[in-house]
Amino acid sequence: MRYAMAIDTKKCVGCSDCVVACQTENNVPIGFCRDWVVERVDGTYPDLELEYRSERCNHCENTPCVRTCPTGASTIIEGGIVKVVKGKCIGCGACIQACPYDARYFHPKGYVDKCTFCDHRVKTGLNPACVAVCPTNCMYFGDLDDPNSTIVNTLKKRKYKVLAAEAGTKPQIFYLI
Amino acid sequence: MSEEIFVSGRNIPNIDPVLHIWHWQIPVYLFLGGLAAGLMFFSAFNYLRGRENKHEVTVKWASFIVPIALVLGLIALFLDLKHQLYFWRLYTTIRFDSPMSWGAWTLMAITPLSFLWCFSYLREFVSAFSGKKKWIDKALNFTMNIVFKFKWVATFEAYVIKNRKAMAWANVILSFILGIYTGILLSAFNARPLWNSSILGPLFLVSGLSTAAALIMWLTKDKDERKLFGQIDLLLIGLELFLITHMFMGFLAGSQVKIEAAQLFLGGEFTAAFWTFVVGIGLVIPAIFEIMKLRGYKIPVALPAMLILIGGLIFRFIMVDAGQITRFLY
Repeated sequence: MRYAMAIDTKKCVGCSDCVVACQTENNVPIGFCRDWVVERVDGTYPDLELEYRSERCNHCENTPCVRTCPTGASTIIEGGIVKVVKGKCIGCGACIQACPYDARYFHPKGYVDKCTFCDHRVKTGLNPACVAVCPTNCMYFGDLDDPNSTIVNTLKKRKYKVLAAEAGTKPQIFYLI
Repeated sequence: MSEEIFVSGRNIPNIDPVLHIWHWQIPVYLFLGGLAAGLMFFSAFNYLRGRENKHEVTVKWASFIVPIALVLGLIALFLDLKHQLYFWRLYTTIRFDSPMSWGAWTLMAITPLSFLWCFSYLREFVSAFSGKKKWIDKALNFTMNIVFKFKWVATFEAYVIKNRKAMAWANVILSFILGIYTGILLSAFNARPLWNSSILGPLFLVSGLSTAAALIMWLTKDKDERKLFGQIDLLLIGLELFLITHMFMGFLAGSQVKIEAAQLFLGGEFTAAFWTFVVGIGLVIPAIFEIMKLRGYKIPVALPAMLILIGGLIFRFIMVDAGQITRFLY
């Protein structure tokens, strides 16, 4: 099993519903967020191109955060989800330094916190909170190892990109362009 | 033209707009760790070369700074942790992929060993430094009374002294690992292009050895020892300048993020601080003083020694601060 997400930048309107849904679902402390929306504008007026991206932990295949963690608190669980075990985290910050996407932060209680792909929901067959609430249905969550899944079929049909491919992390969030 | 903004609002403390999660604790630790590694290396190495009585300061006295520096460094490291009550988790696992795990275990080995190394010279230390001032005598007597309170301590001391050679070998290897690890710790982060250079390991090792040589040169009264460590330091400074040049050459020949990392020092915001304090005051000026001293000019030894130590500390502050700013752009 290899969970991944495809996000359609053509459908995304940048409403930030995914951000709020995540904060509510996961009790993210005030002032912090596990996902966020980036607006990118390219070109010179009047020839402008706009892109909205809902970003979060890329649950990479080659994980610098897990590699540099000195205690094994950052681990890869079933489905390739990268997760932090609170009780093992010493709050050294190595994984935050190691992440090219700045997807991790210190929870006010001291341990490192990040997107979990809502593993508690995924386990029961639900979609992650951000995917579930998206009003334009621009996000597809699924198993890359399942040839019949929506995500595999979408990635077959559409052109996509990943963020900072040159960092060598093999990210598992695909942006449809 | 392209422009990117967070439209969902994101202002996580110490992460946005630029990463700054490692503050003074890490550079201070890197400095103390490098200094301790250097002092321990010179001490154990010169012991193995049979210079125990020729270079007393190097082998015996300067090594008393090692446990102090290591303990202070460990305190700094502990203060840096955000989930401090769980620090013991470092010692419930060994993770070969993680330089920090390597460092934690190396410190776990070298810290007690450095205490034992000093313990084996404690009696000599006391007899060498007593009889000068009353309060020093009092302090030394107090220490001796505490340390040798129980009979078995003396037996243990004899055992430690007997095994000094084995200890020296362990210390040479461990201090080398500790010294190079201070750089590898940073170079393992591929997300921070400034740190992600394999030159950083050797550079931090050489810098640590150089600060240690400067301190020994400052402490010793022996002419031969002072001259030798002046020469060693000069060599290390040359090596450091070469490694710094090489580091920037590598960056400028690298990918865009590496070029941008180098630009921080070649016109960017760290240019003045780096070239003035690290290269100028920390390396070139002390090197000139050293050469003048070796040529027979009268220059107080404290001057180059202090400059090298300050330069070494500032170097680590700049590298840690600047490295966190550099990142991948997408």
